[in-house]
Amino acid sequence: MSMNKDTILKVEDLKTYFPTRTGIFKAVDGVSFELKRGKTLCVVGESGSGKSVTARSILQIVDKPGRIESGSVLLTRADGSLTDLAKLDPRGKDIRSVRGKEIAMIFQEPMSSLSPVHRIGTQIGEALRIHFGTPKKEQRERVLELLRQVEIPRPETAIDRYTFEFSGGMRQRVMIAMALACNPQVLIADEPTTALDVTTQAEILDLIKKLQQSHGMAVLFITHDMGVVAEIADEVLVMYRGKVMERGPVEQIFHAPQDDYTRRLIGSVVKLEKKAEVRLTRTAIPAEAAPLLDVKNLSLTFPSGLKAVDDVSLTVRPGETLGIVGESGSGKTTMGRCLLRIYDPQAGAIDFRRPDGKTVDIRTADRAELKNIRREVRMIFQDPVGSLSPRKNVGQIIAEPLKLAGMRGRELDDRVAELMAQVDLEPAWRERYPHAFSGGQRQRIGIARAIAVKPRLIVADEATSALDVSLRSQMLDLMMKLQDELGLSYVFISHDMSVIRYMCDRVAVMYRGRIVETGDTDQVVNHPQHDYTRALLSAIPHPDPRDRRIHKRFRYDPARTVSANG
Amino acid sequence: MPPAQTSAEKQNGKKMLRYIIKRLVFAIPTLFAVSIIAFIIIQLPPGDYLTTLMADWASQGGAVEAGTVAAMRERYGLDQPIYFQYYKWIWGILTAGDFGISFELGKPVTELIWNRLGFSMLLSLLTLCFVWAIAIPIGILSAVRQYSISDYTATFLAFFFLAVPDFLMALSAMYVMSAWFGQSVGGLFSPEYVDAGWSFGKLLDFAEHVWLPVVVIGLGSLAALVRIMRANLLDELSKPYVTTARAKGMSELELLIRYPVRLALNPLISTLGWILPAVISGEIIVSVVMSLPTTGPLLLRALLAQDMYLAGSLILLISVLTIIGTLISDILLALTDPRIRFQ
Amino acid sequence: MTDITSLPPDTGPSFNLSGKDMAVAGQWRLFWLKFKKHRIALASLVIIVFMYLVAAFADFIAPFDPNATNARFTYAPPQALSLFHDGSFQPNVKQLKMTLNTESMRREFQPDPAKPVKVGFFVKAQQPYYLLGLVPMQTKLFGLTNPQVGDSLYIFGADRLGRDIFSRVVHGAKISLSIGLVGVFMSLILGVTIGGISGFFGGGADLAIQRFIELLRSIPTIPLWMGLAAAIPVGWPPLRTYFVITLIVSLIGWTSLAREVRGKFLSLRSEDFVIAARLDGMSEIGIIFSHLVPSFMSHIIATLTLAIPSMILAETALSFLGIGLQPPIISWGVLLQEAQNIRAVAQAPWLLFTPAAAIVISVLSLNFLGDGLRDAADPYESVS
Repeated sequence: MSMNKDTILKVEDLKTYFPTRTGIFKAVDGVSFELKRGKTLCVVGESGSGKSVTARSILQIVDKPGRIESGSVLLTRADGSLTDLAKLDPRGKDIRSVRGKEIAMIFQEPMSSLSPVHRIGTQIGEALRIHFGTPKKEQRERVLELLRQVEIPRPETAIDRYTFEFSGGMRQRVMIAMALACNPQVLIADEPTTALDVTTQAEILDLIKKLQQSHGMAVLFITHDMGVVAEIADEVLVMYRGKVMERGPVEQIFHAPQDDYTRRLIGSVVKLEKKAEVRLTRTAIPAEAAPLLDVKNLSLTFPSGLKAVDDVSLTVRPGETLGIVGESGSGKTTMGRCLLRIYDPQAGAIDFRRPDGKTVDIRTADRAELKNIRREVRMIFQDPVGSLSPRKNVGQIIAEPLKLAGMRGRELDDRVAELMAQVDLEPAWRERYPHAFSGGQRQRIGIARAIAVKPRLIVADEATSALDVSLRSQMLDLMMKLQDELGLSYVFISHDMSVIRYMCDRVAVMYRGRIVETGDTDQVVNHPQHDYTRALLSAIPHPDPRDRRIHKRFRYDPARTVSANG
Repeated sequence: MPPAQTSAEKQNGKKMLRYIIKRLVFAIPTLFAVSIIAFIIIQLPPGDYLTTLMADWASQGGAVEAGTVAAMRERYGLDQPIYFQYYKWIWGILTAGDFGISFELGKPVTELIWNRLGFSMLLSLLTLCFVWAIAIPIGILSAVRQYSISDYTATFLAFFFLAVPDFLMALSAMYVMSAWFGQSVGGLFSPEYVDAGWSFGKLLDFAEHVWLPVVVIGLGSLAALVRIMRANLLDELSKPYVTTARAKGMSELELLIRYPVRLALNPLISTLGWILPAVISGEIIVSVVMSLPTTGPLLLRALLAQDMYLAGSLILLISVLTIIGTLISDILLALTDPRIRFQ
Repeated sequence: MTDITSLPPDTGPSFNLSGKDMAVAGQWRLFWLKFKKHRIALASLVIIVFMYLVAAFADFIAPFDPNATNARFTYAPPQALSLFHDGSFQPNVKQLKMTLNTESMRREFQPDPAKPVKVGFFVKAQQPYYLLGLVPMQTKLFGLTNPQVGDSLYIFGADRLGRDIFSRVVHGAKISLSIGLVGVFMSLILGVTIGGISGFFGGGADLAIQRFIELLRSIPTIPLWMGLAAAIPVGWPPLRTYFVITLIVSLIGWTSLAREVRGKFLSLRSEDFVIAARLDGMSEIGIIFSHLVPSFMSHIIATLTLAIPSMILAETALSFLGIGLQPPIISWGVLLQEAQNIRAVAQAPWLLFTPAAAIVISVLSLNFLGDGLRDAADPYESVS
């Protein structure tokens, strides 16, 4: 068997199957690839593509009842010999001597992937004990060194702490330190940044790159994010439903894709890289138009003392989409919920202009008034599963706000059918329950419920975050179509700059409960004024391997501002 | 050891101390409430303590001296409002350890209960050890070999023993022992050792007698614990950190014990909070059936004879001991699970 | 946006229903489909229904008056029922021949194969009775067709006074099984009200209620029940004693229900679909009845089912100790009072094992049933 001398791992025709009651599920169906020393291979695909199972098959740690059906996983050992990992007993000694020592792995959820009751030092040092029998004292020295390598501040204290005392980014660093303990030849990273904010993601990507260079590791990087792929990959493997659709250098995948699916995938990503076409031709909304919503100095402090919304002011003009962008914990969701009085803000004003031209302060509105306002201001939720009662059928769900508004009988039935057609759902499906619908369809049901009572403003909270990228632009296009048809205004909350750029007229950037910058989307995206906005924008992976950006990103430090490269 | 590490340790210790103090403070209202419940039970039967006492003496043909009655009325504050009676009663207990008098036996309650209470606690403790020592391995086996014959057997037996009340178990055990092995079961000692001082022989005799009640009391809780351990472990086995540990190259057995079992034990410790009351309940009723020298038969006799100070004191002490046990389990839990003390 | 790592993507609950049926299957339909897969629970349901039917028609099923004594048959052993005699279908038992064992001075019974006693179905009862307390009847399910002196029909044996244990167990089912139901009903009212208040209002009320529940649960139940039950005056009429005992055993039972209800209230209150209903303009009462109650109904049913056996066991324990129900009320616990004396049990083990079997079978079935219901309580778990 001939292998290139740089090839560390060669996977050939790998098949991993899950027997189920209804038949065999082919999670990985004939996947082949090679990993080369010092190079990064990205495996990319949407949910259910089998990319994670592929990664787990290499170490034979696929969850039950999955098993490797056929194929080979050839590893070049340190002494130059070849071992077929797929042939080893998954509980045996031989495969264990590879796990953690020659091939190490990091996972998506650093919190649940680490034990909550063991100190991190113990968990990191464990691999040393297992593979080399390193004595306690030496172990500790080595762990401290590893913690320094992954840039965890104050390693001497950190080593004795528990995982829940760290932030998400720091936990992922702990995972990386753990993986590096035995100086592996191969690092498998299974969506290691998916649960993280973009700025933290950029840090972790940087760290992995740096360690890869200093250790000469091959990296197998699993991700669904084409931006991340473009930023870090040398080679790319595109997967769809267990099969490899295309494999090649990153340059080729992005700029000369051969396969249809790859082309569509790249297409949907690139589509979200600029403003939606329907918005390019629309006449501008006059800046002097009286605002539909005028939020002034809104503040909300939770009983825990957390200042979730801190002196926020913003306006929404009729027919406009205002984007609110921010990272987790920025208070954007809380702020959105304040607009509908799901939370009660303690200070400020939310002036809403009624159709008759009078303004009402939602913050101080009484019960009856609030009920009326809530017919004009509606909400679309993030979670397409949790926001629909599983116990009601779709017809009942969409009819609920109408019924409460007093609609009955034939009129109600017709209206529900009309609404379903409006969001491209078959009206004949009204008898079906939410469990019979896919994520995208459920989100359409949510939209139908929101527009049922002919609202004027819709607060959409991360409405597309739970959807795969190919569905995302469809949903946004639907929302814009409805906006034009019904004369809606949107407050569109998202952590994702690309969807904001795609559909929002103006954008407000939130950071730690405050709005740090507001302006026209183009203005903010292209010429950010505030340093936080600059940092946020520059940390976003750019889906073009010819223009890799995040390693020269701008870092924001609320105390003092410095650029990463001096 | 570098100084920075000790600071992390010290902080840990401080959190632990704060947690223990918090728990102790929380226990005070509970203890207070329990004492009120015990007092209510004392007061429940119609008539006060002295009328019962006098009726009792009168039925035995004894005359009651007016002076004695008056002195006792004064002592228990029987002429005063109810809250004052409570105050007198609890104050006597707290300051002088005076639990009142058992009128049926004509002795202070304290003379009657300590010995029996000691055996009750010993029996409960032995039962707890038995239950834990057996339940954990069976639970682990059942979870690791989910849907195997041994799992089904364990599950079915667990359900069966949950369905058999303690006293039925005790009666059946006694029947089996006498009908099949020709042994009479009862008590904790053979007659020759009952009043003897502690010796090796007595200890051996005790061990010969104690195992059956321990098994009988424990089986119900054992079954419950096996179910809980199994469910906990199944939960933990599917968590991502198990995969992480596996990806480190750890052997399956070491992994099992170090991670999922270790984590599954935490909620198990918190079950002490209700296993302990269940074991004590079982101990009382089994002791009645097997006539063991513990609080059970004494409590039943006191209740049937409406010897309320004795009964109330027993209920109070049993409950207090249970609460202390629960408190200890809370602290144990905080020791083993850092998440608790960091709350 | 996360990849499914362990399981194949699941678009709906994996039931054997065609996609279209599945799509329109509501909560209770899914609940039933999921429950049906739990074979033991299904079998237990059948047993439980059967036992409650037996309890309801006890007067019809029990061949004899449970309190009728017969000095001739003290501690008579169970008689085996044979279906054939002389090669033809003729249900019968063999007459018992009594001998006096001069050594132990005990009466001993031997079935006499030469003397079959005819057993028939739908025989005339000795006394008329009211079925379910309403329908006047004088027919029993089975009994002796032509009772003569010396004939007997003790399929479960007889007790110290020669009373038929089978009839007593059947009549005991009325009390023992109904105490579970009545107690659960009281628990339901207490638990839902208190748990609902706790979960809905939160804050101080919640804290106080939670502390109170913790307190109740930290007290060992048997001594508490004993203390309360012992205070019931001996002279009270049976019905009143029955209700007070039921109240005492449900004193603890409601706490688990209250916790369940509170937990559901708290978790559901922040669910998006409940917030959506509020934004739709639904009132709080409307939300409770249209969203919250349907969501935890199945859980309540499961918890209630699991609470019944503990009440049955509590009544049994108290009556056994002699501080619960008292004769002439017949309950399984009262029957077991007869078995308190281990010498009596050694002589007549059926005193212990027939009521015990009734208790164990009913409690076991209820536990299995409750377990199955709890597993099926959330049919949406398996949905993505």
